[in-house]
Formats: sequence, C-alpha cells, structure tokens
Amino acid sequence: MSTRQFGARIERNIDPKLLRGEGAFVDDIPLPQPLHAAFVRSPFARARIRSINITAAERHPGVATVYTCENIADLDIEMPLLIPHPSMKHPHTQRPLARGDVYYVGQCVAMVVAVNRYVAEDAAALVEVDYEPLDVEMDLEKAVRDGAPLVHADAPNNLAAHFVQFSGNPDDAFAKAEHVTRIRVQIDRSTAAPLECRAIAAIWDAVSEELTVWDGTQAPISLRGGLASILKLDEDKVRVIAPNVGGGFGQKIMMFHPDELLVPMAAMKLGRPVKYIEDRRENFIGSSQERTQIHYIELAAKKTGEVVGLRDSFLHDTGAFIPYGIAVAQVASTSIAGAYRIPNIWVEFKAVYTPAVQVTPYRGCGRPHACFALERAMDQLAEDLGLDRFEIRRRNFISEKEFPYPREGLLFADGLKVTLDSGQYHKALDMIGKALDVTNLEAAKEKARSEGKYLGLGLAFYVEGTGLGPYEGGHVRIHPITGKVYVNTGLTSQGQGHDTVFAQIVADQLGVKPQDVIVVEGDTKAYDWGVATFASRAAVVSGNAIHKTAMVVREKTIKAAANMMEVDGADIELHDGAAWVKGSNRFVPLAAVATATNPLRYAFNEAAQAATQFAPASRHDGPPLAEGQAPGLEGTDYYSPPHATWAYGVHGALVEVDADLCAVKIQKYVCIHDCGNMINPMIVEGQVHGGIAQGVGGALYERLEYEPSGNLANANFVDFLVPYATEIPNIEVIHLETPSPLNPLGVKGVGEAGCIAVGAVVASAVEEALKPLGAGKFHHVPLTPSMIQAALDRAGA
Amino acid sequence: MTRSNLQRHVGQTSDDPTLKVSLTVNGEHVERVVSIRMLLSDFLRHELGLTGTHVGCEHGICGCCTVLIDGKSARSCLTLAAQAQGAEVTTIEALAEEDGGLHAIQQAFKECHALQCGFCTPGMIMNIFGRFNEPQPLDLSDEGIRTMLSGNLCRCTGYVNIINAVRRAAQLAGRA
Repeated sequence: MSTRQFGARIERNIDPKLLRGEGAFVDDIPLPQPLHAAFVRSPFARARIRSINITAAERHPGVATVYTCENIADLDIEMPLLIPHPSMKHPHTQRPLARGDVYYVGQCVAMVVAVNRYVAEDAAALVEVDYEPLDVEMDLEKAVRDGAPLVHADAPNNLAAHFVQFSGNPDDAFAKAEHVTRIRVQIDRSTAAPLECRAIAAIWDAVSEELTVWDGTQAPISLRGGLASILKLDEDKVRVIAPNVGGGFGQKIMMFHPDELLVPMAAMKLGRPVKYIEDRRENFIGSSQERTQIHYIELAAKKTGEVVGLRDSFLHDTGAFIPYGIAVAQVASTSIAGAYRIPNIWVEFKAVYTPAVQVTPYRGCGRPHACFALERAMDQLAEDLGLDRFEIRRRNFISEKEFPYPREGLLFADGLKVTLDSGQYHKALDMIGKALDVTNLEAAKEKARSEGKYLGLGLAFYVEGTGLGPYEGGHVRIHPITGKVYVNTGLTSQGQGHDTVFAQIVADQLGVKPQDVIVVEGDTKAYDWGVATFASRAAVVSGNAIHKTAMVVREKTIKAAANMMEVDGADIELHDGAAWVKGSNRFVPLAAVATATNPLRYAFNEAAQAATQFAPASRHDGPPLAEGQAPGLEGTDYYSPPHATWAYGVHGALVEVDADLCAVKIQKYVCIHDCGNMINPMIVEGQVHGGIAQGVGGALYERLEYEPSGNLANANFVDFLVPYATEIPNIEVIHLETPSPLNPLGVKGVGEAGCIAVGAVVASAVEEALKPLGAGKFHHVPLTPSMIQAALDRAGA
Repeated sequence: MTRSNLQRHVGQTSDDPTLKVSLTVNGEHVERVVSIRMLLSDFLRHELGLTGTHVGCEHGICGCCTVLIDGKSARSCLTLAAQAQGAEVTTIEALAEEDGGLHAIQQAFKECHALQCGFCTPGMIMNIFGRFNEPQPLDLSDEGIRTMLSGNLCRCTGYVNIINAVRRAAQLAGRA
C-alpha cells in the first residue's frame, strides 16, 4: 500500500519552475508587439479638476492614445460596490478615471498608451491638469467631527457606515460589574506590499471576438464576470488568467483597480495587446491599503477575573472609497471577544472616509485589530486585578466541552452566525508557557538588566474565522494517455502551494504520486465555477471539494477496473498508479483504465494496447456508452461550508529593549497554532512564518506616513520599512491539531493566522520590559523607537 | 462601447537615441541596438526574453532583480543596459543544468521550502550564488546568513526557511 500523503511534508510541485526562473508572472508572458500603459495621477488629496489638456501628450512620438474620462465611453462610471450592506449610508466607489474631482493622492486622472513604458511615462508628464485644491482632514478622529472638511459632500461627518452588533445583555453586565477596564488602542495604516506589484495584460481577438486578460489577481472568475458585464461581452468570450502571482495578501482580491478595466478596454479599442505593470510607487499610492482603526474597548469583570461583558466602539478608516463594503470592520467587530466566553458583547464601529487610498482587506482583515484591542485589554485587566496574564486568560477560555460555542447576535463577514467549532485553548496556553520557559523569566530579566537591557515577555491569543463560503468546486480527471491526474478548482495561488496540497488529497484517493497530480487553477478556460483565494479558505473549501470529487472518481475507477479484471469492486485497491486485485499481482494501470472507459480508442500508445487485453470497462447491453454514462474517469463536485471554522493559536515572545537606543530585539518567538488537520505541515509552517514576519513588520516598522496635506511621504521601500532577514527572529512553530467537525477533511484555514497576534505580543513584551522604568502603556502599533523614547521621556527615565 | 473601424496607426518605436551594446549573457555573446536609457533589467527581460530576473521596486531595495555582473551581484534595475557594455552578465537561467537539474542552492531552497510565491527567489538565489562564488569562507551562523541576505526582501517566507536553505546549500555545494 502507498503511504498516506495527507499530513506528509512533501516538497512542492511548483518549485523547480520557479527556482529555474521559468515562472510565468504577468510581465513575463510574451505578447506580440504590446503597447504599454502609464497613468497620470492626482498630486492632491482632494481637489476639483478645472481642465485636462492632453494635446502635447497625444502628439508625443510613440504615443498611441491618451484616455481621460471623456473618451472611455461606457467605462466612465462609478465602479462596482462589491459587497453592499445596510449599514453603509453613502457608499462611494471610484471611477476608472477621475471626473470632476479627485479624492486621494495617486488617483488616476488619465491613461497614456505608448510603444513602451518609458515613452508612456514621458507622455504622462506632458498631460496638463489644472487642479483647484480643497481642504482635507487626514486625522481619523478629527475627520468625524462636525465641521471637518468632507471627502464626499453627501456624507456628513465623513461617515461611510455605522454598525452595531450585540450578544446577550451587555448593559446589564456592565451595571453589575465589579470592575471595569477601559483602554484606547490604535493600529496605523499599512499595506500588503506584495513583491510583485499588480500587473495586467490583455489581448482582443477581433476574429473570435474573445478577450484574454492576464491579471495578477486573487479572483479571476469574479473578475471575468465583472469585465464581461461592464464591457458588455458574453462571459464565455472573456478569459481571465491569473498566472504565477508574486504574493497577494488581500490587495489582489480587490477589483476593480482602474487599470483592470482600462487595459482590456484599450486592447479592444486599439486592436493591439496592451499591458500595465504597476511600479512600486504606484502600488503605494494606487493599490488598496488597510489597518487604521482606533478602538475604545471596555471589559466588565468580576473580581475573580471572569469577564462578564465587553463593549467596544471603534473608528475604521476606509479611505476615500468603500468598494469592498464593511468587510474589514465587520470581521474586527465579530472577532472582538476572541477565545473567551464573554457572554455579553456590544460592539459598534464607524467607517470613516478619509482622502487617502481606499481600504480593502489585507492579510488578517480586521482580526489583527480585534486581537490587539482585546489582548491588550486582557493584559490591563490582569494588572488591574493583580492577576497573572496567563491566569486571566485561563479563567476566561471557552473550554473543550463547550464547543460548538455560538455567539448569538454576531454575524461574520459571510453573513452567517458566529459559532466557534472546536479547540483546545487551555492546552495551547500551557504549551506556550513551557516553550517560553516562564518559570525562569525573572532570572532572565535580571541577566538582561546586568547587561544594560530590559527583557519582557509578550503574550497574545487569537482566534480566526476561516474557510468562508459560499462554495468551491473541484474537477478531477485521470488522463487516458499518461495516467496523470488533472485537477481544477476556482482558486488562484500566490505562493500557498495549492498545487501540492490538493495533489496530496487526490493522491490518497487515487493511489498515485502527488507529483503525478497536476493542479490547474487561475484560468477561467480551465474551470470557471468558484469564488477566489482569500479569507484563509483554500484548504477548507476547495480542499474538501476536491476531496469529495476524488472520491467520486475513485469509485468510478474501481468499478471500471473491477469490470476489466472481472472481479468484484470490493477486491480492487488503488496504489502505485494502478488498480490491483487485492492480494495478487494482477493490476491494470490507471492510464489503461481511463482509456478503457472511452469507447473510442485508437491504439496509439501502451495504455491503449494494455486496455485491449482486458474485459470492457463497462458491462451493459446496447450502445457503447450506456444511457447516463459518461466517457472517461472524471468528476466534478462541490463543497459549501455551513459557516466559518475557527482556527486559533497563541504567540509569545521574549523581547529585549535597549533603553538608550530605544531599540527592540525579539530574542525568542514561539507560536502554538491549531488549524485542524494539516495537509502538509511544511507548507503550514511556511504560511505561519510568513504571517509572523508580516506581523513583525506591522508591530515594529511598517506605517504609511500621510502628511497633513494627504501626500504619502514614504511611498517607497527606502522609507516604508518592510523587514529584511536581519529584522525577523527565528520562529518556533508548535502544532496542535484539533480537527474541525464541520468538514470531511477536518481542516481549518491558516493563511492569515501568523500575522494576527504579533502586534499585541510585541506591545505586551515591550510594556513589561520597560515597566521598571515606569514607561507606561503601549497601546499603539507599529511601536516605533520614537514612541519608546517619548514614553521614557514622560517617565523621566 | 464604440470601436473605430479604422485601424489606428501606432508607431513601433520612440524617438529615443539608441546605441549598440555588446556583452556576454550566460556565456553567450549578444549584440543589440537599444535605447540609451533602457535598464539592464528591461534589456534582459524584454530584449533577451530572460524573464527569470524579476523587478520588484525599481529603486534598488528589494533585490528581486539581482544578477551577477562580472561575477559580482548587482541590481539590474539600477544599471543601464549601456553600462553593461563588455560585461559578463549571469542570470538565474544559467544556474540549473541543461536537463533542468537544479543547482545546489536551488535544490536546497526546494528541500527547505524556502520559497512561496517565488517572485523574490531568483534575485535571492543570485545574491547567494555570488557569495558562494567568492573564495572567502562563508559565515554560516544565523547572523552571518542574515547579513548575507540583507539585500533581498521576501514577503512570503519570513526568511526562516531561507536561512535553513543557505546552510543546506553550503552542505550540498561543499562549502559548509
């Protein structure tokens, strides 16, 4: 028998190509004589456009054309509001090219198409735009006050949405509370910064009237639907391919960024391939951002530390537009009680327009915000009540016996009720205590002090609703010639290793090597039912769909092979790429089984010749293909989760602070996490490592610096500090596997997990480290050296 | 949408001044007439079709575009094609065997799961390859490897597995 592939640390199928430099990212795909687009972008955060003059740009040698809102016909629209919600009062989305007003620095005003990017950028500089600048307010808290300059005239107090959710009876709980802890926390604006910026190329075939679009998107099927609808084409005439994609982290789930409509339009109008490869500055000032929230969170507790109520009111910066609806704020709102029982919850948010790049989900999508608010509040409550930080958590965890644990009244981003499905929270906490060697912490602190440093322990627990629906599909086919298995699903990969984990799932059912399972996704011509890659959902939703499909194909294969070898189906087993009669050396290769199930077979290979030596694959009288029978060994099935499945984990760190340099060094970082059954622990670890590194960026370094005028001052990698290897510590990952009861594979998502807790861990560690100096509280990330210096100055240290 | 029936005339070239550059790329002599301002990264990718060299920031920070120029790692996005006149340039495409067999560094990256999206990987590997080609002993301590990697950003892996891969590569290449 073959060994089980599910759970094995298997190297990735995709790697050799990527390692040899043979990956095919959008800008690597050869196109015949492509034209290149460049954009004219607003230098003002808010302004009225008096006039646009494109004459000089149009005349520039090598320029094909210049587009403004005046000559893009049907595209001169407000782009789709993807996820409407009743809480949104005055929803606004941007136009592909500005008409009348601009709303942030970087907004597209005109698009130049030219023979190459150099010339396109020259010509873009020749477009004359006369702006009348308007007042702006970049500060989130000031933007909601009366009299603040408005981003959109019809949205008073810049309010984009206002939403309240509650569970239980929070007023009663607070009235009866023996103690109330209240803190304010803030998370600043950041960006996903995938190393491949966004990219798009399009070809229009005038003969077949087909549009082919290569887009580094996380959502090609949805993108195709939108493109077909807006460009007024049949969906089958639009093919969207997401080839190799250089990281996404949510930024590439957003559609449409203006180029995603304008480039296909230009290809159609000009009859030439057109491409737009975003540069790094454009990624900073044009592509979606995330993170700024300010929470006022209160915990009502008994003296024992039992938290009986939670109230949280927060502001969420949505930027100049709200195309993705309230997703980020809603996820934060619904995740706010974390891993704790807390029966009474009231949570409110206001989504606020600011004249800055639009906010749509970035890895974590509200979960890091909720975790930061809740975990910092739990630390504060522990201190208020004189309890240990571990103990306060232990006393409030949902215990194993209490699952499934519903939070009546709270709705998650999928519109479904929150029900935490499984977990071993107490065990996870005990494990991290051991891993961090907390019993020897005081000695370690003293040692650090003797070297002039201050050591602190940081701790944060998180939960993550993963595997959101509504559904995904899987298509599996055993190829008659090679016996290899082709698998399709409606996702895309930006490095998550789908091609390997899905191969492992199929390999177990069909008895083939994972290397012989070829997963094709991200191409609407290959498969076009499904949703997209986001919300830590690929393994859960597509994984289970593919698993179900593989079982169907397994049954078909066994039946056909049993007929061929004239035995009972129960006597067939699949392994080593063949169907075997149990306990014998009689077998038929899968290629031959697949060949035999096709009534038309030319004997042009060994599989076909082999197939002729056996009895027919199908036993019936009448025509070769019986009524209701299909040729080949293939199948399609779907999986639709009942609701999100909740992963969780706890992170801890030992952090050393140099009080003279205000420098923070993470000495040890440990992560205990539980994403249910793991398909490939090596890939899971990679996802967790990467998430933690992104979390460290957000905890210590990465902040978009908007000047009061609305100009983004650090729109480059020199000033926006993405960590290098020199900033990321060694990370110890310890797995805990509690299967999800919600799906056949028992899996939960892990893509976003790593980044969620890091801000809270680092802030809690620095706070503890600097306690001897009286530095006070750290409730704001990224936690920069200047914040530490200010805290030490205040303390007079 | 209106689509003009008249095919629009679009020129094939700009009026940029050009010059002839001749250099050696992956052991082959090449000669091309290119715009004087063409970046080496664009030259490799779009003139020669060597798209394994990636461009992540175009301002010399991310390291995705790292190639070897006369044996030393260099940012091809900060180099003009014209500056590479007479130089010997090595790109990621030169590392594997002709039959596709992986170089020790590539093999180590695969074994250690040191890549995810793979966009930074060619630049990362070329930087390491450059160091491996230097005669001085390699500092394979955590700190030494981190310093070796400190010119290359990776957004996916958190670097942990890349550090492991460098150590493994040194073993495979007999440099440990």
